[in-house]
Amino acid sequence: MIHETSGVAVAIFTAFVLGVIGLSFFLGRKGQSAGGYYAAHGQIHWFVNGIAFAGDYLSAASFLGICGMIAFSGYDGFLYSIGFLAGWVVALFVIAEPIKALGKFTFADALDSRFNSRGIRLAVAISTLVVSVFYLIPQMVGAGSLIKPLLGLPHEAGVILVGVTVTLIVVTAGMVSTTWVQFIKGSLLVVFCGVLTVLILGRGLAVNAGRERPENLAPQVRTVRPDGMVLIDGQPQSRDHDLRPVGTIARLPDRFADRSATGPLGPLAYLAALEDSTIVTWTARKHADAEGVHTTYTPVERPGRELLKPGGFFKGLASGHLPDRLDFVSLMLALFCGTASLPHILIRYYTVKDAAAARQSTVVGIATIGVFYVLTLYLGLGAMTAGALDPTDTNMAAPLLAKTFNETLFAIISAIAFTTVLGTVSGLIMAGSGAVAHDLVESVCGIGMTDHEKIRCGKIAAVGLGIVAMALGILFRNFNVSFLVGWAFNIAASANLPALVMLLFWPRTTWQGIVAAVTVGMLSSLTWILLSADTFEKVYGLSRDLAFTPFSQPAVVTIPLGFLTLVVVSLLTPTPIPSRR
Amino acid sequence: MPEAEPHHEAPGLPRASRLGLALFWVYVVLYGGFISLVLARSELLSMRPLGGVNLAIVSGMGLIAAAFVLAVVFMLLRSDR
Repeated sequence: MIHETSGVAVAIFTAFVLGVIGLSFFLGRKGQSAGGYYAAHGQIHWFVNGIAFAGDYLSAASFLGICGMIAFSGYDGFLYSIGFLAGWVVALFVIAEPIKALGKFTFADALDSRFNSRGIRLAVAISTLVVSVFYLIPQMVGAGSLIKPLLGLPHEAGVILVGVTVTLIVVTAGMVSTTWVQFIKGSLLVVFCGVLTVLILGRGLAVNAGRERPENLAPQVRTVRPDGMVLIDGQPQSRDHDLRPVGTIARLPDRFADRSATGPLGPLAYLAALEDSTIVTWTARKHADAEGVHTTYTPVERPGRELLKPGGFFKGLASGHLPDRLDFVSLMLALFCGTASLPHILIRYYTVKDAAAARQSTVVGIATIGVFYVLTLYLGLGAMTAGALDPTDTNMAAPLLAKTFNETLFAIISAIAFTTVLGTVSGLIMAGSGAVAHDLVESVCGIGMTDHEKIRCGKIAAVGLGIVAMALGILFRNFNVSFLVGWAFNIAASANLPALVMLLFWPRTTWQGIVAAVTVGMLSSLTWILLSADTFEKVYGLSRDLAFTPFSQPAVVTIPLGFLTLVVVSLLTPTPIPSRR
Repeated sequence: MPEAEPHHEAPGLPRASRLGLALFWVYVVLYGGFISLVLARSELLSMRPLGGVNLAIVSGMGLIAAAFVLAVVFMLLRSDR
């Protein structure tokens, strides 16, 4: 859809981005040593770090992706919320204290704490880079989605804007400014999602989104011709002739005296009313011929009770098809195990002073993230019924919902979403640059560096990662961002969790076992994803039937494989002599 | 606030606390139970036990609340040691 831009939106957005960059330059003075650049001197207050955890974690996937998935598929988007939060239980109860005690700058510090092994440094640095890049893709895609309606610029411009801004943030002040950007972003995100939820409940539900004229429920066809021209129902797309926004209520429950609108509702009454309503959702079906690729959007009336239970996105849950059910289990396992394996989350434990602060900041993070995920349910359902969804872009549900209230709120929500992307991407680039400078260059290659050189090396790595992130953000533009993040969680959990858990709980673990587990976990999950039906269909443009793997999410196979590899290789290699550095 | 010392059961390595591990397993049971319910008895998720809201949403929000409650319990009890 072509979205109109407004001066207010551009002004608010520009103020946000300039504010973030300004703050970054201001804080740049504090990160002059390597300890400051990579770990903020371990002096961040636990409360600030806790909110920054939320800022780090509540990425484009959480905000844009989950809202979009709930708006288009119903309850299944909320399953992502449940899994994303559950992962923090592993982080707090199992990982937080040991990782704080074992590491200094990077995840490899912790895994290598007993062994002083170049092999571990190399394997973990590569896995950190792979996970960070996979996690970067959805953030950049989210940025591209946002920039179109906000500034009227193409997807590529959004991706480049984020890439350049984030690289500036990271190279100016490292972990100090990254932390504060995440703190501000985490706070704003939760506060404004709360505001939006209050507005949704205050407005209640209305048939046809409160419009006097019933929604036009005729199917819509979008055609992309070989020359790139876009047609809507056979005519060139323009502001006057475009796809109609979708997502409305057809009928409200009988218990409401006014059958066209409920008026304000409480949090439980809202969900109950939605469950008893009939909702118009739109399906998309693609086919290609000589004239181009046609996507037909068709309205379907569905009972609310169907949309508010599992099975809208994970179709296999209803069909009972075993591979589909395994796909679901695998995703939920990856989300549970993945959080505590994400390098950019783990390095945040080095920014506080001790284990108690690590625990406290995790609890603050869990509270903030938990509240946010409850709010996303209302945001997603609000978007599903507000008559404002862009059928071509699931990632724009939350900002377009805000637009149904007013232009200023749309601008603020979009700017916060953009800041969300900035915060998460800066954390990822920090983790990646630390892996390159501290682990690869200094430890693996054995190049001794002064503090100043280590920072410069990290900054050069940050610029390189920023360029890679921009390229991938443009390549993967048509994916739902939550779906993409699911892949990153699968790789992180498969590559990192077996090594981390066994290092902490099995004294017989050897450095060879860790190297093997990280390598096998990373390569097997990556290979599985590249050979899966989802990748065949959405990346290669091939038939799903040609895929080599029976389901798309690998964790249920590759996490146990990582553990097995570590145990077998450790048993086959000499018992380690404890030599903690 | 006194600093809690990590256990040292593996040579030279700080371990997660027993309390943390116990709470972790409590949550694994809750999370696993929820996923089993989704897979095996999804018809139960349509029941409406709380103010007309179905069990799918109630149990999902319950899991989010449980994570927070267990986290607070952990923080309070660990701080006492």
